[in-house]
Formats: sequence, C-alpha cells, structure tokens
Amino acid sequence: MKRPKLPAFLRIDRPVRAVVGRTLMTAEPVTAPTSRFLNNHQSLSVIVGMSIVTALLPFVILLPPFNGFGNQTDFVDGFAQAGVWVLLAIGLNVVVGLAGLLDLGYAAFFAIGAYTYAYGASPFSHNHIPFWPMLFVGAAVAAMFGLLLGAPTLRLRGDYLAIVTLGFGEIVPVVFNNSDTYTNGTNGITALYQPGVPFLFDKGFGFGNPVPYYITVAVIIAIAMILLYRLQDSRLGRAWMAVREDELAAASMGINTVTTKLLAFAIGASTSGLAGVYLSSKLAIVSPTQFGFTVSFTVLAMVVLGGMGNIWGVAAGAFVIYEIQSQGLKQLNNFFATNQQFFPPIHLGFINIDLSTINFLNYQFLLYGLALVAMMLLRPEGLFPSRRRKAELHDVDDAGAANQELVEA
Amino acid sequence: MSEQKAAPVLRTVGLTKAFGGLVAVKNIDFEVPAGSITSLIGPNGAGKTTLFNVVAGLYEPTEGHIEFLGRRVIAAPERGWLEPILWVLPAFLAWALTYVMAMAGAPEEFVQILIIVGLGLLITTLITAVIRPAWYGRFLTHLGIFKTARPNDMVVAGLGRTFQNIRLFANMTALENVLVGMHSRLKASPLDALLRTPAQVREEAASASEARRLLAYVGLPTREGELARNLPYGDQRRLEIARALATKPKLLLLDEPTAGMNPSETAAMMALFGRIKTELNLPILLIEHDMRVVMGISDGITVIDHGEKIAEGTPAEVRSNSRVIEAYLGKGAV
Repeated sequence: MKRPKLPAFLRIDRPVRAVVGRTLMTAEPVTAPTSRFLNNHQSLSVIVGMSIVTALLPFVILLPPFNGFGNQTDFVDGFAQAGVWVLLAIGLNVVVGLAGLLDLGYAAFFAIGAYTYAYGASPFSHNHIPFWPMLFVGAAVAAMFGLLLGAPTLRLRGDYLAIVTLGFGEIVPVVFNNSDTYTNGTNGITALYQPGVPFLFDKGFGFGNPVPYYITVAVIIAIAMILLYRLQDSRLGRAWMAVREDELAAASMGINTVTTKLLAFAIGASTSGLAGVYLSSKLAIVSPTQFGFTVSFTVLAMVVLGGMGNIWGVAAGAFVIYEIQSQGLKQLNNFFATNQQFFPPIHLGFINIDLSTINFLNYQFLLYGLALVAMMLLRPEGLFPSRRRKAELHDVDDAGAANQELVEA
Repeated sequence: MSEQKAAPVLRTVGLTKAFGGLVAVKNIDFEVPAGSITSLIGPNGAGKTTLFNVVAGLYEPTEGHIEFLGRRVIAAPERGWLEPILWVLPAFLAWALTYVMAMAGAPEEFVQILIIVGLGLLITTLITAVIRPAWYGRFLTHLGIFKTARPNDMVVAGLGRTFQNIRLFANMTALENVLVGMHSRLKASPLDALLRTPAQVREEAASASEARRLLAYVGLPTREGELARNLPYGDQRRLEIARALATKPKLLLLDEPTAGMNPSETAAMMALFGRIKTELNLPILLIEHDMRVVMGISDGITVIDHGEKIAEGTPAEVRSNSRVIEAYLGKGAV
C-alpha cells in the first residue's frame, strides 16, 4: 500500500462540511478600512503620527489656556524631557505588557544607559565619543545587563521576580554611588559633552535652545516604536504573548520560554538604555540620585495608566502623566493662588484647609496613588488600551457576545 | 501490508516516575507503532496523565528512558556534575593564560583586556547553559553528559500535544494560537523581524495561510479572528488540535480530547482523528475515558492501573481481558 508523504499540511484543501451554517461569522475580524490600513502599514503610520504630533505640539501650546502657563521654549524643553519618559514607558511595556514579567527595577537599566554615556563622553573619563554611536552603545550595554539580570532570575515567577528586580533596581544606584573612582560617587559625573550634528550644530546643541533635543527625542521615539511594533507582530511577539498567557502551554508548543523572556528583558532594557543616554546628554550630568525607585514606579504607573500592551497608548499615557506632573500641578498651584477669593480657607475645628497655600507638587505621589486606584476601579485596561486587553478585562465583550448569540440561534 | 513492520515512533523502556514515596508510574514498557492510533486507558488516578507528562518532557523520569523516533530523548540525567565544570572551563583557561602572560611581563592593558574576556566567556557560557539551545544539548551528549529533553525540545523533535483541561492562549485569537504552534518551525530571527527582511515577510504570510488551512482542516474555517476564550467548548478542543498540528508533529498526544462532549460532537471528533491518521499519516497516542471512542478508533490499547501496565492488545483482546474488567468493575465482576 502506498502511503502519502508525511508533510501533507500543504495539501489540505478539502472543504469541511461540519461547519456549514456558521457562515455568519466573517473570516476577518470586522475593522474599519482606516484601522486595517494602519495595521498593515505600521511603520508609515508611526512616522506620520509622530511627525504630526511633533510638528503640532509646539503650536498647540500657543493656544489658550496653555499660553498663559509659560513661554514656548519652556514648554518645548518640557516636551523634550517628556520624551525620556515615553521611551522608558514603551520599553517597559515590552516586559510588563507583552511578556507579562513584572519588573520593578527598570530604572537600573536607565542608570546604566546614562552612565555609559557619561563614561563615553565626559571630561571625567577623558573620552569623547559622539552622541549618535553612543546611543547604540548605551542600548547594547543596557541590554547586556538585562541578560545578566534575567539569566539567573527568570525561572522565578510573578511576585518573586518582582522582588528580585526591585533589589537589582536598588543595587545599581548604590553601586554607582559607592564606586567613587569610576563614577565620582554622589557628586555624579558633570559637564558631559552635548550631542551635535556636523555642519548644523558643530559645537553641540547648546543649552538655550531645546528644539534640537526635542526633534532628536521625537526621532528616537519614532524609531523605537517602529522597531517595537515590528517585534510585536513577529514570531517573537507572539511568543511573548503566549508566555504571558500560559507559560507551560507555551513551552509545550515549542517555545523556548527562557530565551523568550530573556529577549523581553534585554529589549526592554535597551530601550531604557537609549533613554538614559539621551537624558544624560540633555542634562549634561548624571548622579545616582536620579535613578531611584520612584523612577521605576513612575514608569510602571505610566504603563498601567496608559494601557498595557498598546505602544501608542503607553506613549500617550507617559506623555500625559509627565505633563500633568511637571506642568499640571504647577498650574494647579497658580490657579488656587490667583483665584484665592473663590476658594476661602476652610476651618474644620483645628484643621485649616487653604487651597491657595498647598503646594500640589508635594502631593504628586498621593495623586498617583489616587489616580491608580480610580483607574483600577473604573477603567482597569488603562486610558488607551489595546483591543486585546480591553476584551480581556471586560468579561462580557459586547461584540463577542453578540456574535455568540448569532451562532447559537 | 507489504511493508515490513516499521520501527515504533515512541517506545518507553522500564519507565518509572515517583513523586516522593508515591510511585505514579511503575516500570512501564509500551510502544506506539508508526501510523497507528494507540490508546492509553485506565481508571482514574491510574497514572495515565503522569505518563503522558513524562513523555511530553514535563517531568523527569525516576528510572527508565523514552526513545522517540529511535533516539533516546528522555531519561534521568547522567553525569550532570560534569556540566558546571564545563561552564567555568573557558573562563578558567582565559584567566590561566592571563596569569602566564602577566608572569611573562605582558603590558598591563593587555592583561586587563584578557581578564575582561575571561569574564565575558563565563557570562556567555552561563547564559548559553540557561537557554540550552539544541547545539548545546548535542555537544553535551557528545561529551557523555545526558540531560533529559524539556517540553520545547520534545516539540522540536516532533511531538505535538493537547491538554486534558484545555490550555489555549485565551486572550489570543484562534489564528494567533495556531501561529504560536508553528513557532518552532519558523526561522525568522528577531533581527529579521526588526529589519523586516523579505524572507521574514514571506514566512509570516506563508505561516498565516498555513494556519488558516489548519483551522479549516479541524473545522474552524470561519473563526480565525475570535479570541480563543470566546469560542464554544467543542471549538476550543478543535483549536487545540489545530495548534498541536501546527507544530508539524510526528506523533500527536491527545489527552482526553472528547471529554465533556455530546455523542454527535464525539463522533465528529472521532472522524477527525481518523482523518489525521489516514490523510496525514500521523500516529496518535490517546488518553480517553469514553470507551466508545477508544474501542472505535484504536489500533492498539494499553491499560494501566495503579501505575502498572496490566494489559495490552487490540480492542477485542483488551475488552475480554479479565484483569481489565477487574480493574474497571471490581473483583466480583470477573
């Protein structure tokens, strides 16, 4: 008897009768043509989107009420700073949102990236490597440390992994603080060389003009987003999601879970390294105090509030939260100070509440906490969730339920 | 059949698995011949699923070994103590060289670089050992060190499986579930994905269309965009089979694939198994409680009770075996 050859998967073309009558379901998920276009041309949509946002932001702030808050230069400088947080957030999104690994020591890689630049381009180390290659070096060094941290710890799961990463995040600044010979200890490394562009900015970007930094960070974010989108849509991205969903089943489907998780760590870390290089070049100083636990926590809060798993959502979340934190709270102070007559001090026994004298900047973390609690209660999927996460957290998915009924009817 | 009897796809030899004092699987020898459906039956708690999990690489056996496609893949580790020596060896050599060079009066920078190279070698070997790529496993075997295969190694070797309690990736679509199954057969590296090379784009498109074909094959041609957890129960079972088929297996392990199905669904599933066997020429190892299914489609049956094999043979032989009847119905029934 002659048998058909084994790899017969390519010849499966017979119609299946068992499913006639289920034709109500369309083969493709129903999506608007625009969103389908955006899905198919992810890189293009990122470039166009980032260009539009980058071009419009400096002009949006000329409109009321923003024009009352400060001058354009300060705003653009703030945006250039916000870019750091956007980069950090989209990097952490890979680790937490896609691969489902809770990383509480993310600031460590940020610090490593920053110190790499400080070591590569400062009078302290007597090196002067240009900014652009240092971006790659910083990302690579941070990725290497991601692998180093990941390799021994990734067999841990959930809470245990979180604790180990938390420890790593605490250790790294301490190491930078104490190894005086190499890092100048608490004082940090100062007077880092600035990025420059041949012919345009031969002597570096300078301190007075934030626009070159603003454009630089927009370009870095756009490139990082394109690359992360590509990874997310690839074999590796699916493996990340599978590991997040069910690690054992993923291993039983041929995924090397160790490699997959290590890559998530390394790629998240490299994005953080990019942010570190950029930030240190912009501030021209690195010191261990910049990279405390509050950074890790803030970035995690940004990822959760922005909408885990959705790159654009996380980026937008990070931007909004940074702006609220740096601009919004300040404006709140101003608002209550200037409108004192409408908010008279409240006397409740021995407690006096005078809104005009409260410095809201001091209550930043209290407000984070409140925002997180409110978010978890009202909109657990984040401000700008991915469709998947939304479906996950809202048990009765309306569209799905409707389809189900159609099929069962 | 004109062909001579082919070598078995899977063979367990003296397989024993103990959890502490509890011996779940005791000295079991059985085989799955090529191109057949072999069933594993037994009362609840007989050790079927444990045996299954040992075969799939989830548990390390206490004794005995498993041959898959003629290759010994699963056994208790041998000479494991040699491996740590292997990890430090390259770094040790580099540092020994450093020491010799320093004694010979080499320049200080050179010595420093060598020390760092040694450190790099140590880290690289350790990370390789953690990841354990295929070539590393082969290298170890070459040196006489045996490490039992992990689940993902078994999939690469050609073993596809489903789970007793469905374990789909619930928040991924049906199509994505099948694509994850193809993971080990795709070649594009993360770098290819970053650069979006033409080969990667082609591979993605080809794998998507193959995944659709597989979905159609198991009877879910119209449900690719749905989240796995929104699928009805029977379809989830089918999707699990499609996902297992996507790993391009040479043996399919099905753990109670018709549990909780009504008679007509069960009949449809049986037809699917028959098609998988004949059209894809894929041998199946089946755990099942539904005797109609077992007796209806099995070529051979192995019966386990209290971790031991008590009978083996064709359905007719097993049905009339007194020990089997005793195990299922008690002594009085014989």
